[in-house]
Parts: sequence; C-alpha cells; structure tokens
Amino acid sequence: MTALYVDIRGRAGRFEIETAFQAGAGVTALFGPSGAGKSTLLKMIAGTARPQSGRIVAGGHTLFDSARGTNLPPEKRGIGFVFQDARLFPHLSVRRNLTYARWAGRRPASRGFDEVVALLGLEDRLDAAPATLSGGERQRVAIGRALLADPALLLMDEPLSSLDKARRNEILPYLERIRTEAGIPILYVSHETSEVARLADTVVLIENGRVSDSGPAAAILARLGLAAGGDPDEAGVILEGRITDVNPAYHTAVIALGEGRIELTGDGFAPGMTVRLRVRAGDVAIANAPHDGLSIRNQLPAIVEEIRRDGAFATVALGFGGQQLLARITAKSADALGLQPGSRVHALLKAVSVEMARIESPRGGLTPASSPR
Amino acid sequence: MGETELSIILLSARVAFTAILCALVPAFAVAWLLARREFPGKGVVQALVTLPLVLPPVVTGYGLLILFGSKGPLGQLFENLFGISFAFRWTGAALAAGVMAFPLLVRPIRLSLEAMDQGFGEAARTLGASRLTVFFTVTLPLALPGVIAGAVLGFAKALGEFGATITFVSNIPGETQTLSLAIYALLQSPSGDAAALRLIAIAVALALAAIVASEYLARRLTTGGRA
Repeated sequence: MTALYVDIRGRAGRFEIETAFQAGAGVTALFGPSGAGKSTLLKMIAGTARPQSGRIVAGGHTLFDSARGTNLPPEKRGIGFVFQDARLFPHLSVRRNLTYARWAGRRPASRGFDEVVALLGLEDRLDAAPATLSGGERQRVAIGRALLADPALLLMDEPLSSLDKARRNEILPYLERIRTEAGIPILYVSHETSEVARLADTVVLIENGRVSDSGPAAAILARLGLAAGGDPDEAGVILEGRITDVNPAYHTAVIALGEGRIELTGDGFAPGMTVRLRVRAGDVAIANAPHDGLSIRNQLPAIVEEIRRDGAFATVALGFGGQQLLARITAKSADALGLQPGSRVHALLKAVSVEMARIESPRGGLTPASSPR
Repeated sequence: MGETELSIILLSARVAFTAILCALVPAFAVAWLLARREFPGKGVVQALVTLPLVLPPVVTGYGLLILFGSKGPLGQLFENLFGISFAFRWTGAALAAGVMAFPLLVRPIRLSLEAMDQGFGEAARTLGASRLTVFFTVTLPLALPGVIAGAVLGFAKALGEFGATITFVSNIPGETQTLSLAIYALLQSPSGDAAALRLIAIAVALALAAIVASEYLARRLTTGGRA
C-alpha cells in the first residue's frame, strides 16, 4: 500500500528541491547529510511550507496539487509531526499538551489516552510543566501528542538529534515500539546511520534536494558502506534473523542467520522472534578458517563478494545466506589472507558491539511491553 | 480621605480603565502587525504609534481637539454613529489617556510576540488547530506576560496623564478633573497645599502598587514558563 506519494519542486534556502518518492507501511527514512533539504521536504508534506509545484498524496487524500490548485492547510492534512526541538507548549501541562489535538484541534483520538501514556512511559509526568522535563521526556511527550492527534502518517524530523547518546538510547526503544505497535506509516528524517539502521524499513537517500537512491534499508545501507565518503568504520549493515534459543543464565540469545548461528547478549527475547541487527564494519574481522580459543565466539561462514581498498584499509563485502556483511580490515590483512572475490572465509563478530532490536510483535492494539529503560 | 478626593480617584480610575480596555485590542493588533507581518508603510505605522511618546503632550491634545472635538471630523463621526461625544467629557479624558498610553501598550506586546518561537504555532496547526484556535490557545497565552506588562504600564500612564488631557478636555471638576489635574488645580490655589499633598501621596502609592503588581504578574506567568 502506498501511504505517501510525493513529487514536488520547490525552494529550500540556497538550492532547489526536486523530489519524487513513495513510502509504504513501516518506517521510511529520509536519509542524507544535514542541509540536504530533508526538513524542508517534511514541512512541505505537513503543509507549513509550500512547494512551487507538484503533488502530495497521503493515505489516498490529495494534500497538495499545483495543477488543480489544491493546498490543504496543515490542520486539515491529518499528519502528525514530531519536531527536532519537541515544541511542547510551555504554558500547558504535559497532560494538556498530550490532549491538545482533542481540545484545540477537535480531533477525536481513536487511540486511548491511557494506552499512549503507558506506551511512552509518561504516567508519572502528566501534571509536570514542560520546562521541568528532561530532553528525553520532552521528546516522548511530543511523540505522544502527535500520536493522539490520530494521524494517518507520522513525520519525525530528527527527533533524537538534540539529545545526547544516553537519551537517544532511552528513546529508541519507544520509537521501535511505536513502529511495531501503532501501525502508522512513519517518515523519519535523520542523518545518523545508526538510527536509520535500527528503525528504517525503507531508505530514501536525499542529496542536494534530490533523491539519489531508494530501496530496502539493508540494501541501501550496505551500498552506502561501500560507496566513497562517510566514515567507513561507521558503515555497517542490517541483518535480519530469527531467535532460535535463549540462555537466561548468560543473558544471551541465539540468532539464526542464514546457515550460521550467532549468540548475542540481550534480555526480553524469546525463540521465534524476528530481530534486526546492526553490525558496524569496524567490528567485523575475517579469518580463513574457524578458530578456537578466541573470545569472539560468533563465526559465520561467508563468501567474499567484493573488496574495496582505500589507502591502508579495505572494506570487504561478505555474502552469506542471501544477506551481506561489511568488514573493515587493513589492506595488509586482506593481502595476507589472500582475499579475493569468491574466497571462503569466516566472519568474526564481537557480540558486545552488535546492536539488536526486535522488529516483530503480535500486531493489534497498543499493548505496552515491559519498560524498555 | 474626603469625599472629593474619593470621587477624584474613582473618576481617574474610570478614565484609566476605560482607556486601557479600549486601547488593548487595537494595541495588540498593531503589535502583532509590527512583529509578524511585512507590509508597505510599516515604518509610517511604527512612527505614528511611537509619536505620542515623543511629541509634546500639548500638541497631542491639540491634535485630538481638532480631530475629535465637537466640530472635528472624527468627533462628528463618533457622535453620529455611536452617540459618543468627547469634547469636555470624561470620555475625552479617556481617549486622551488611551492615545498617550498606546505606545506603552504596544511595545511590550510586540517584544513578547517577537520573542515567541513561531514553531509553537506550526506545531499547533499540525495538531489540527485552525489559525484562530492557535491564536487563542497558543499565541495569546504566551504573549500574556507582555500584555500584562503593557496594560499595567499603560494604566499607570493613563492615570497620570496631564498635558494632552487638559488641552483636549480642559480641567472640569467631576467630569474631566483626574488625579494629576486635581493636584495641579490645588497647587494653583493658595490654601490647597495640604489637600494636594494627600493626592500626591495617593498618586505615589498607586504608581508603586502598579509596579509591584506588574512584576508579580510577569513573574507568575513566566515561571512554569518557557521550555
């Protein structure tokens, strides 16, 4: 299903925006460097900025169509917006902020207030003034406020960029819950690879106001990792796997990835769950043969698909069971191991450096899971 | 406090309240235009609004006399349309006070509107609020400290207005003789010093109360305040 169709031209500061893309269910990340026009694009979809021409359709409703002279005002678009700076109304309590759409926008919420509050863990802060909230709490209230406006589409403009790392890690589980439990298509603007890797199903790459690439998140991020530019150590891939076993004594879970199995740390997982892993290229090593006596226990048989050298280093694309890993090693190691496309190797993953998140849960209703804090 | 003193204070209060109540909405509109909109002639509007502050009050009073006197074009308009006459009436004193207080009302409101993050309005629109609803639920409440500061300042000014009032509506006891005018009249008579001092004490007390009230209100409204 197409949740959003965008084909517009317009101005954003210094350069032209000329963008066409579609977004379906799940999270679509608008990904690209700062100042590429991503935020302006979101404003145009929300109706707070006006494109010069083109068409925007969301959930079957035409929001903007220059050919027909259609330009719905923001309050008629049914689009939720989570701003980078939260923008909680400072004169209203958390509760009045959360219910703003109901009492000021006269939008009847189909989601229950209590459910959203529980989903975002805001039970204790309802009577607080926004000024007394932490940055993470503010962003959670902003997300709840947008959800309670009953949007057909949720826009998020770098909702984590004003937070430090600890706060980001506090919010990310909530975003993951919303993705799986709210069932609203989300358009998520970010320039952080790790956020996109963790949340996005689809990635639309924006550069200089234009779409330079788009597709499934795993494919786009893998391609990005091999492309020039960016920090090659931060490049990484997203893998999807299924939990086959858990070991509560060691707080680990065993994940089947293609023919291989890896064991990662994490609580709250159960056999049968589908999880998403983000593996940074800098955390993957390569061995010719399986090794014993290493602290790295995760060794996946794989085949070298591509080697890209840059100076002293090389980024190696490794294929296994239809998925791909990137490994960042020195050019010297690559030669010492005699790596070439087609070589059979073992990819070594450090368990502690892999990020893991649940991506599937029984849909239907916002059942608050155990606190992800 | 004698009966005449009480009636002087009540008249002054009536004049000042009427002036501020009538001036508040146009002052907010002008402040909003100056803070949020670009339009041709903005400089002229800005100058006109500030003019009563820098012009000799006598000149402003004379201008009012010409425009709003019983023969003046605006005076006749108001007389015909609403049956309101200003000449030598307390309504005229209120008009003079309102005009003189206008710049003091506009300035703090304009500053609070300019300081306000317009992103709040955008956020409210995406939550389903129309422009009008945004105004009443976001813009106005956030501008309230400025509105109150302006109202208190303007009220104090209106209470003490002298030059424009005496020029426009003269000094008629019981009709246009407000606090300042009464003090002035008493000081002109050889035996009026004691009575004048009592009024002066009242004037000082009122001014101090206005300042304390505005500080208190501004603080109350801003704590709980901005994120």
